[in-house]
Amino acid sequence: MTGTKFTVIDGGRAVDLDEAEGVARATTAGASGRPVAIDREEHAAYLGVSAADRARVLSSLEAPDFTLPDLDGRLHTLSAYRGKKVLLVAYASW
Amino acid sequence: MYDELKGLGFTVITVAIDKSADDARPWIEAAKPTHPSLIDTTHVLADLYNVVNVPTILWIDERGRIVRPNDVAFGTDTFKHITGLQAATHLAALRAWVRGETTALPEARVRALQSLPTEADQQARAEFGLGEWLFNQGRVEAAARHFARAGELAPHDFTIRRGTMPMRGIDPMGPQFREMLGAWVKAGNPYYRPLAE
Repeated sequence: MTGTKFTVIDGGRAVDLDEAEGVARATTAGASGRPVAIDREEHAAYLGVSAADRARVLSSLEAPDFTLPDLDGRLHTLSAYRGKKVLLVAYASW
Repeated sequence: MYDELKGLGFTVITVAIDKSADDARPWIEAAKPTHPSLIDTTHVLADLYNVVNVPTILWIDERGRIVRPNDVAFGTDTFKHITGLQAATHLAALRAWVRGETTALPEARVRALQSLPTEADQQARAEFGLGEWLFNQGRVEAAARHFARAGELAPHDFTIRRGTMPMRGIDPMGPQFREMLGAWVKAGNPYYRPLAE
């Protein structure tokens, strides 16, 4: 890698690229309708998921799958509970 | 409630939308849950399900289908005087659904009640995502700029406006929160949006 590093966070994963390559990826994502948050001073961009994509999945009523850790770092996946009724509760300490 | 229903092909999954596992730890350790109790520091769940405040609950059936979209329900009546919501109302409906005494909402009704994200919501989530990453790089001031931008884009999203307060050195229960809430409510906006069911 030459020149300044530029971090692109895509799908929750951060990848370090050359500045030009990173900015190009962010631009391409934006042009394809994805939300992009970019900070040129910080040399980083976050590529999100479009409202249309999220809305399509939600209105299909198929519960979007996810994998998240518990306090001990053990990963749990929603779809592993297929066959059970699930009460999903989002809460926070704030 | 969970102990009563868990033998009936049912589980609770709780997800703490917090900046770190340590923020959620005291809550989880006090509750000693026997169901999955997960931590979501990057708003994975909020992004997938368009969660804009807590508590938010959903019902998902055995086939992995959403049968009750984002709703507000509490496990206790601690906040009843603020919310007007009785914990027992949701618990009774949940118990009847789990026991198979009632069916959940029809699909058309679920869709009608769903709140889908807008482009501004998703742009706000991208700004949040960048801010959260910057915060964890120690770039606290840069992070705060993106959190502020996210809050402007999605003023109804309290997972952002309130949830990022601990990353901006603000007490999420303190005067700045009360001021934000006061202005929001005064403008005619609800802080909690329970389903009209």
